[in-house]
Amino acid sequence: MRVQFKTSYDTDIRLFKDRYQLAWYAVLGATLIALPWLIDVFMLGEITNVLIFAIAGMGLMILVGQTGQASLGHAAFLAVGCYANVILQQRAGLPFVVAFPLAGLISGVLGALIALPMVRLHGIYLAIATLAMSVITEDIIIIAEPLTGGVGGLFAPDISLFGYVINRYGDPAAFYWFTLAVTLFCVWIYRNLLRSPLGRAFAAVRDSEVSAQAMGVNVPKTKAIAFGVSTFITGLSGAILGHYIGVFTPEAFNVLVSIQLLLMIVVGGLGTIHGAFFGALVIALLPTGIGMARDWLAANVGLTTTAIPGLETATFGVILIAFMLFEPMGLYGIWAKMRTYFELFPFYRQGMFVRQKSYLKTERMR
Amino acid sequence: MSLLSVRNVTMKFGGLVAVNDVSFDVEKGEVFALVGPNGAGKSTVFNLISRFYDPFEGEIVFDGENLLDHAPSDIAQLGIARTFQNIELFENATVLQNMLVGRHTHRTSNLLSELFFLPSVRRAEIAHRRAVEDAIDFLNLHAYRDQLIAGLPYGVRKVVEMGRAMAIGPKLLLLDEPASGLSMEETQDVAFWVEDIKKIRGITVLMVEHDMHLVASVSDRVMALADGKRLALGTPQEVQNDPEVIKAYIGAPDDEQEAA
Amino acid sequence: METIQLLVSGLANGCIYGLIALGFVLIYKATEAVNFAQGDMMMLGAFLTLGFANSNFLGLPFLIAVPLAILSMGVIGYLIDIVIIRRLFGQSQVAIVIVTIALGFVMRFAAGNIFGFEPQTLESPLIGRDVTVGGIFLGLDELLVIIATIGLTVGFWLYFSNTKLGIAMQAASQNQLAAYYMGIPVKRVQSLIWAIAGMMAAVAGILYASKGSIDPNAGLLGIKAFAAAVIGGMGSLPGALLGGIIVGMIEPFASRYIPAGYSQVMPYLLLFLMLVFRPHGILAQVHRKKV
Repeated sequence: MRVQFKTSYDTDIRLFKDRYQLAWYAVLGATLIALPWLIDVFMLGEITNVLIFAIAGMGLMILVGQTGQASLGHAAFLAVGCYANVILQQRAGLPFVVAFPLAGLISGVLGALIALPMVRLHGIYLAIATLAMSVITEDIIIIAEPLTGGVGGLFAPDISLFGYVINRYGDPAAFYWFTLAVTLFCVWIYRNLLRSPLGRAFAAVRDSEVSAQAMGVNVPKTKAIAFGVSTFITGLSGAILGHYIGVFTPEAFNVLVSIQLLLMIVVGGLGTIHGAFFGALVIALLPTGIGMARDWLAANVGLTTTAIPGLETATFGVILIAFMLFEPMGLYGIWAKMRTYFELFPFYRQGMFVRQKSYLKTERMR
Repeated sequence: MSLLSVRNVTMKFGGLVAVNDVSFDVEKGEVFALVGPNGAGKSTVFNLISRFYDPFEGEIVFDGENLLDHAPSDIAQLGIARTFQNIELFENATVLQNMLVGRHTHRTSNLLSELFFLPSVRRAEIAHRRAVEDAIDFLNLHAYRDQLIAGLPYGVRKVVEMGRAMAIGPKLLLLDEPASGLSMEETQDVAFWVEDIKKIRGITVLMVEHDMHLVASVSDRVMALADGKRLALGTPQEVQNDPEVIKAYIGAPDDEQEAA
Repeated sequence: METIQLLVSGLANGCIYGLIALGFVLIYKATEAVNFAQGDMMMLGAFLTLGFANSNFLGLPFLIAVPLAILSMGVIGYLIDIVIIRRLFGQSQVAIVIVTIALGFVMRFAAGNIFGFEPQTLESPLIGRDVTVGGIFLGLDELLVIIATIGLTVGFWLYFSNTKLGIAMQAASQNQLAAYYMGIPVKRVQSLIWAIAGMMAAVAGILYASKGSIDPNAGLLGIKAFAAAVIGGMGSLPGALLGGIIVGMIEPFASRYIPAGYSQVMPYLLLFLMLVFRPHGILAQVHRKKV
């Protein structure tokens, strides 16, 4: 293990802990940029999908992992971002460079506003309220047919960046790079948040509302801001998603998607940026993985299986349950353990990550 | 003028009168202790000052401001910091982060500048860290600064909570049972710190404490409460020898020796 | 006349929601956890009955199929607790929500692949039999739903407020550790509650299926039942029924008097407004956290 001697306050503030970490991330970044030359078009599309999910995951993570507010309604903001982006381009005739950030902003402002009446709710109640909100949003989109195309949905135009036209199929590499750039931007503001007073206020609200209040944190306002930042990022993800899938209907943003987003970040590991990416990898690559497993079975074992409907969701469900039972910290937990194991080799102990159990007490009186 | 004055405050929960027409003044620069048997209403008084509850009657004035005009989250801004009886730290954050939350009232940046981490935010951040490091020095918490609260022993958590309250840079510090659950040595440390907080930092302290030894050694004045009512107010000796107080604690007048 | 008919069909639907909500509330009361799979358990219960009774599956007599299905669901509920939920001891409420959502996915998958994804009808002796009371046409199935639900709710309510198990259950939820020290077999109480919730889900499923068709996605009804539980006040058994009836009543009237598209939002809108303005339901049971 490398021991770091802290000689200035900057050590704790800067983005990378030390030069080694910086080097690691530089290698990762370079690989990501070079990816279009390394893998085929199909896989590149899949990775783009992973990034889109990862952005949405980061958005939700700020709310759930950082602020401790469970939301089962984030597909609604995916929808807001997606629809706003396309409508702004097609109806208002705005160029993509304006429509895209504006879509995120609309989603963010809407999220903060919707959060205002909900900030008094806790845990499970908030989850239910956001779930209801997700259902309502889906219906509102259908009702607002003149604007949204109702159940028929909308077509997303090609992305036009300063005259350079990006089509997902025509120019997958450019589409990927654009998504990557947005992803990096989101990681950057996420990290900035974590090292600034607001990020700490989020954590304070998550861990103890009473004491956050006693420290001068305005709890309702902080929750609303958390919602706003979270839905801003989710909205950006939705806007890219629209261009990625090309044609979309309200069905693409139903309650199940909301639920899946939450489950995704849980599998990834709550409270970490890594978790959003790990979770996105699982959820975006699972269908492809199952397809590949089926092909492999057919080719090598001679077992030809027909497509089993709903297998992806069920597999995902099983994976999730397994994680909750054996590794509540998600994939990030596994990763952290492995890293510690190698860093401390051979001194890793079994009990290093054991958490203290808490016992249930209710506040109900009857 | 006194720093904090609680005037004729009454608090009821349903039919139960937790605090009954209590008045007292805390003078600038003193250590004022609230004592009394369990359920006497001591913590309720704290929670009223923190504005967690609205008093049924009465008013609370701090430094010329009527506290009842302020929201609970403004109390820290006015200069009142507190700790909790059952420790309310941010479990999944490090000691340093916990104490930095204490600097929230000194936040100068806004959402946008923080999202982009502008140079002004960085400068403010360094200033916050300097202030917190000061509190870490004061309470000798160096060994724990980067550890998660969740893994810390009870005694250390108590100290961290005190440090977090001090990071606010308060005029008045409310300590809710600072020595409960601590060992003899740890309690002694608390006594030293309370003295230093008063003398070196010039912070006024209002505390609830059961350990009469600690109360007697650090407080300038003591108020005894029982069943929500004020029994006695005066120097620690006066209160300890007050027959009403002895009766409330022991129940019978012939056990005076033990109470003292 | 029409109003009364709407009322009755709303009442019958509401009772189904109430029954599912009753399952939520039971588990919530005992373990402070919310079982998002309750709707899917209802669906599974209905399909099990269908599997036992329908002629294209096992074709057992209806009166044997019903208790068999209820029993099987009891066993499933019990197993869910001892295999999964029990091991989540000490984790947050939201963790259990997430696990039960995942369980719902698995149940939907299992039911779909065993019984098929198309809507199917339960071959119940009740179907198509009507009674006329004072000139109003009533389906026997609807009447049965209403009677069974009210009976079950009152029964459970009396049972839990008067028996040892009921008190043990409350104790276990109010302070797990203390209850354990007092000699209450906390784990067994919890498993028992899950078994009962499973059985209730089966009853709800049977009643639901005998009113119409059933398909694997019927479990999504759970969301409405959820609304019912919240509106009634989580943790209150009569509240669950009350909430269920309110949600059930709103639906037929909304679809009758409010343009299509708006009407199906009504239960959710009500749920949302309820949470905003009276978050702990009509029969509230929550108090503020003490520090």
